[in-house]
Amino acid sequence: MLSCKQTTELLSQGQDRMLNLREKIALRLHLAVCEGCRNFRRQIDFLRHACRHFTAGNRHEDSND
Amino acid sequence: MSTAIAARLGGFRADMLRFAVLQLRDQAAAEDAVQETFAAALEGAQGFASRAQLKTWLFAILKNKIIDIIRRRNREQSLGKDIEEIADDTFDPLFDEHDHWQAVESPADWGDPAQSLENARFWEVFELCLHRLPENTARVFMMREFLGIETGEICKELAISTSNCWVVLHRARMSLRLCLQDKWFNTR
Repeated sequence: MLSCKQTTELLSQGQDRMLNLREKIALRLHLAVCEGCRNFRRQIDFLRHACRHFTAGNRHEDSND
Repeated sequence: MSTAIAARLGGFRADMLRFAVLQLRDQAAAEDAVQETFAAALEGAQGFASRAQLKTWLFAILKNKIIDIIRRRNREQSLGKDIEEIADDTFDPLFDEHDHWQAVESPADWGDPAQSLENARFWEVFELCLHRLPENTARVFMMREFLGIETGEICKELAISTSNCWVVLHRARMSLRLCLQDKWFNTR
């Protein structure tokens, strides 16, 4: 069973490389029982989303358009 | 340059400059990137009816200019050794002796964070948090997340190891999420 620390490292790497099957299964097992790590995954997904939004020049779309 | 187009482009200048400064951390280089973007955009700028489309297109050009500058910089001064700006044990206090989350440190549910993206104040906090990342960590993070460069290419350009690249990106994300939690989500 992965620890939360290992899980966060692997979730992060999942944004930067293809995880192998063994890693994916280990993650799924951990995430099924760990709300903190599920939230962590959503948080880093949000970070990526925010960066995409930012680089499209949408920073102030509410105030400008 | 026709004055109408110049005025139209000029309206984006402040946002573009801030975006470039954030990534290049160098005012003069950022000014150059914005200037080159305007020069390249003059021809096509008339074709855009909507302000939002024009802005997206301008930022796409600017992004490429920034990539060019970063690549040039990497060639002139690649790091050649692993980045250790955020220490290995920085995030240890978040975890207990079994490396599971401390109860109070367990990541929170941010609700529907999409609402934050519509809030101008959120972006100020976001920039503040990015500025707090150490220089080379920020460089790697922005190459990856802002410019969309693959990890393999980033390591090659900076002459750092692949595993170091992953570690740096992970620590950058950990820092950013803690900063956003503290400066934004806790204040909501």
